[in-house]
Amino acid sequence: MKLISCIIRPYKLDEVRDALTAAGVSGITVSEVRGFGRQKGHTELYRGAEYVVDFLPKLKLELVVDDSLLDAALEAVQQSAKTGSVGDGKIFISTVDQVIRIRTGELDADAL
Amino acid sequence: MKDFSLFRHLRGLPSWLPSLMLLGLMLLTPTAHAEAAAAVPVVVDKGDVAWMLTSTLLVLMMTVPGVALFYGGLVRSKNMLSVLMQVLTVFSMIVVLWVIYGYSFAFDAGNPFIGDAGKLFLKGVNSASLADTFTSNVKLPEFVFIVFQATFAGITGTLIVGSLAERMKFGAVLLFTALWFTFAYIPIAHMVWGPGGFMLTRGALDFAGGTVVHINAGIAGLVGAYLLGPRLGLGREAMRPHNLTFTMIGASLLWVGWFGFNAGSNLESNAGAALAFINTLVATAAAVLAWLLIERVFKGKPSMLGGASGAVAGLVAITPACGTVGPMGSIIIGAIASGVCVWGVSGLKKLLKADDALDVFGVHGVGGIAGALLTGVFTAPGLGGTGAADFSIIHQLGIQALGVLVTLVWSGVVSLLAYLLVRAVFGGLRVGEENEHQGLDITSHGEAAYEG
Repeated sequence: MKLISCIIRPYKLDEVRDALTAAGVSGITVSEVRGFGRQKGHTELYRGAEYVVDFLPKLKLELVVDDSLLDAALEAVQQSAKTGSVGDGKIFISTVDQVIRIRTGELDADAL
Repeated sequence: MKDFSLFRHLRGLPSWLPSLMLLGLMLLTPTAHAEAAAAVPVVVDKGDVAWMLTSTLLVLMMTVPGVALFYGGLVRSKNMLSVLMQVLTVFSMIVVLWVIYGYSFAFDAGNPFIGDAGKLFLKGVNSASLADTFTSNVKLPEFVFIVFQATFAGITGTLIVGSLAERMKFGAVLLFTALWFTFAYIPIAHMVWGPGGFMLTRGALDFAGGTVVHINAGIAGLVGAYLLGPRLGLGREAMRPHNLTFTMIGASLLWVGWFGFNAGSNLESNAGAALAFINTLVATAAAVLAWLLIERVFKGKPSMLGGASGAVAGLVAITPACGTVGPMGSIIIGAIASGVCVWGVSGLKKLLKADDALDVFGVHGVGGIAGALLTGVFTAPGLGGTGAADFSIIHQLGIQALGVLVTLVWSGVVSLLAYLLVRAVFGGLRVGEENEHQGLDITSHGEAAYEG
């Protein structure tokens, strides 16, 4: 099982969600985050005061998939979240040791 | 206004200053005046009373919620309630002090600098007491004039809060504004509007209080910003306004309320009020457009905060002028005011090196000075003003400049001494560092504006 964490543009959420659902992913966790990468921030001017905003608002999606679904899920995110400009985000993949469904106590693939 | 010539003659004041009489007739009660009035029955007009009570409510609305929201939106979310609280409390306190002793020392006859104690605790004022308007035989119930002026004193105190925002002890804010109200607002109000006042007798034109309210508050704020020092993290942390929507609502309430402030200062609902009204509308509109144009040209993008700031700058600048200039003059005054205030909140602010947090001096001080001086220009009949044929711009500019200077120095010195006294009493003007980081809402008031 793999944990896929991806940082995406906030307005891309619906497209990414649809693509992942189509690929067979059954659950996603979303958080609002701020961060920076290669995309530069922007400058805000309030009367005489200028502020550089480095940390831009992004969404972080977290989903755990069975190894068999990994490639399809990654493809789905890449296709749906891409605009081609800096700031499209990143995908981090890591291995998950165990998954437990709290309601039933099911384990691993059954719990996904 | 139709009685101008009669009273100018009776009072023996210079013929080039009919506008001064607008102010003078309000309160001077010389023998000549009384004899002339005796010939015509005294009238208390219900329309005037209704208009003045409405105007009083409009000025209250300018303050709470107007100034409160305008300022509140400009601070960080952790200090929102502290700003609302300071505005609400300062206003309430000054209104009480006004009826106890403020009105007497500002408007009772006295010397050129301060009134008498004759109306302390409103002694002798009852429902039958009358106050003068600009028309000799037209009077207002004195209670109407007292409450109208109470809201003026109250709002002026709250303007200062913007300079002190996000770092001053609540008690220190209150004690300072009480001292400043007593030793700066009252004498300057007396000098400009009171019987025999120093600036009134010299012919200074200040229809609705550009010097008394805006320059007065602006310099008090600036001195406070120097003595307090900058907010922690200024220049390193982003101190962005937390809710410009509130600021827009506040600015809008200010604009609407300002009609009570300016047109209400005419004291009668007649053509004079209408002149102040149209000037208040068009000067502000011109100022909004001018500020946005300047931003677009020099900074790239026209901003909401710029538009709101322009509105306030225009309103401040037209305040002293609205009773004596024409609508075209108002447009120019509004536009110039925005120009100098853009500089006031950027170039001048950097020059002064004081953390005047919400630009009270940059907008109210600078806009007030511009308005006071331009009043001396656009009151000229050749420029559409109501000045007499022999109105001299140069001469009037000198008088206006004197008014500005006296206000800056008087209020500046009083403020300095008052802050020092408050600092000694409270063992420092500022809250502790940890409290400032955490925000004044929780640490000074024990509540939070927003969840989380």
